[in-house]
Amino acid sequence: MASDEKTERLLNLLITLLVSRTYVTKDRLRVVIEGYRDLDDAAFEKKFERDKDELRALGVPIEIGSHEPYFDDAVGYRVRPDAFALPDIELTADEAAVVGLAARVWQHAGLAARTGDALRKLTAAGVEVDRSALDIAQPRLDATEPAFADLWDATQRRMPVTFAYRRSGAAEASARTVRPWGLVSSQGRWYLAGFDVDRDDTRIFRLSRIEGAVRRAGRPGSFTVPDDLDLRSLTRTLLPTEPVAEARLLVRPGAGLGLRARASEVRAATGATPPGEWEELRVPYAREDALVDEVLSYGPVVVVRDPESARAAVVRRLTSVVEGPA
Amino acid sequence: MSSARAQLARMLALVPYLQRREAVPLEEVARDLGVSADQVVRDLNVLWFCGLPGLGMGDLIEVDMDALDGEGVVRVSNADYLSRPLRLRADEASALLVALQTLRATTPADQHGVIDSVIGKIAAAAEDGGAHADQVAVQVADAGAEVEVRDRLERALADRRQVRLTYHVPSRDEVTERVVDPLGLLVHDGRAYLRAWCHLAGGERRFRLDRVRAAVVLGSTVSSPRPDAGASPAELDEAIFTPAPEAGTARLLLAGPARWVADYVPHEGARETDEGLEVTLRVGDPRWLERLVLQCAPHARVLEPTTVARRVRELAAASLELYGPA
Repeated sequence: MASDEKTERLLNLLITLLVSRTYVTKDRLRVVIEGYRDLDDAAFEKKFERDKDELRALGVPIEIGSHEPYFDDAVGYRVRPDAFALPDIELTADEAAVVGLAARVWQHAGLAARTGDALRKLTAAGVEVDRSALDIAQPRLDATEPAFADLWDATQRRMPVTFAYRRSGAAEASARTVRPWGLVSSQGRWYLAGFDVDRDDTRIFRLSRIEGAVRRAGRPGSFTVPDDLDLRSLTRTLLPTEPVAEARLLVRPGAGLGLRARASEVRAATGATPPGEWEELRVPYAREDALVDEVLSYGPVVVVRDPESARAAVVRRLTSVVEGPA
Repeated sequence: MSSARAQLARMLALVPYLQRREAVPLEEVARDLGVSADQVVRDLNVLWFCGLPGLGMGDLIEVDMDALDGEGVVRVSNADYLSRPLRLRADEASALLVALQTLRATTPADQHGVIDSVIGKIAAAAEDGGAHADQVAVQVADAGAEVEVRDRLERALADRRQVRLTYHVPSRDEVTERVVDPLGLLVHDGRAYLRAWCHLAGGERRFRLDRVRAAVVLGSTVSSPRPDAGASPAELDEAIFTPAPEAGTARLLLAGPARWVADYVPHEGARETDEGLEVTLRVGDPRWLERLVLQCAPHARVLEPTTVARRVRELAAASLELYGPA
């Protein structure tokens, strides 16, 4: 099969470069490697270039150099064994078990495959990866957003990209050109942090709002990631903020359990209340609109006492439902 | 990846793996390297023709085909130049390191030492020293309150004990008590879950750990079989997060501020209409849908089923009444 011949040629090329203590010239390679022997100049050049690309894509560090600096035609290639090989790595039984667990974290097929490749190398280096020990919870890391694989690559290779992005609630997507600095998973959703070239500022994009394909907009390695980039602090901006105020809510006894869990105080309601039995809760909140949403979700078992603005918002929104289209 | 490149990648693990050992049964090779036995045989058949090229046949790697055909064991020699696997590529190391970081974030502090040690060793063995992994951050949902619950559930799992769960069901605004047989812990979409056989419901259920109010490990042993036998994580996942067959179909119309629902709630399809985004979703408990729509009031409207649409209006009217005459 053609593919077998190609594997054979690639491996023979690699072994030749790996074994040689000196740079091996193209002419020499053309003589010793069977797959190159019967080709004309142009076909050989083309095949050799492609083979080098294949090896480099696998991570083989091919060096170009010459022992005779005054003669261009003496330029050759080699692979230094110490740059090629995985350094010695020794893991304790517990550590090997951790690696076994980590191997099951990625649910995303592409990343699971890369983790598998890494594990195979460790196994080949003598690490006995135990896939059953250690009784700790198994986290799952998934990425169902279609843009994830391309953005992972672009981030890892530092390659600018362009994509169509629809902001929350916006009807139309707009084109963005971004230097992808990093990917952040927060509460199970993926975000891209990067430099938006047109807006000339740092931006965070939610991957699920990227529409269609991610296209490259520059060469790999064509930007640097700022030294002070702190993805973890960017991540924190995606998490809920700290409460800033407290609301007083009337809640039916035994109801509003999510609110009760956060309440700083629960007591019998005093003063004028709607008919029936009510308790008064003091509930801290960070954003008033989110508090109003939550109160609305409970229906007729929770009533806002104050702040007045939240009370008015609840009334306004309920009125719209009652008077709105059926 | 080209098939030749993928094959070469396997061989570059296979050869050093075999050289560390005398003779390995084919099935064991396949299992250790995560490759099918047929594929190992195909790879060996190509490897047979590879080696250090030279005049004539060159100096070929020796693959003991007689031992493979006869005893079903794999033996390879004369390949000293491939005694170590290829180093970890930056993207492979990143995949593994991000998985390890995720594991760390969901693991009790007493396990952090061993995980940090593995992270250090893997980063040191990577092409880029693990630098690219810093471009990915994973933030799991705040586990603070969950750690104790998870520890107890882990112990119950290890000892095969039943657990009495006090569990908050927000869609019903209820806290329930039930005895469960824990089957496993998992993290999905950034949240930790317990899978368990629920004796109250008489079926397998999943429980979000952040909704577990209390977990008491009982003296009684679980009465259901050992979990997970034979099922892959992906299959389990699918079974767990697929709506029950008895779930009904609902259609929602989402206007501006409620469009986020389409991003957060699993649905079966969304289409743009003149009035907003129309989303079709599967709904197990209609009360869950009522709460969701009230939370978005008045920007989400139930088109189907009409019983839920009517109920939402009734709830809104009843809530509004509690705020007194306008």
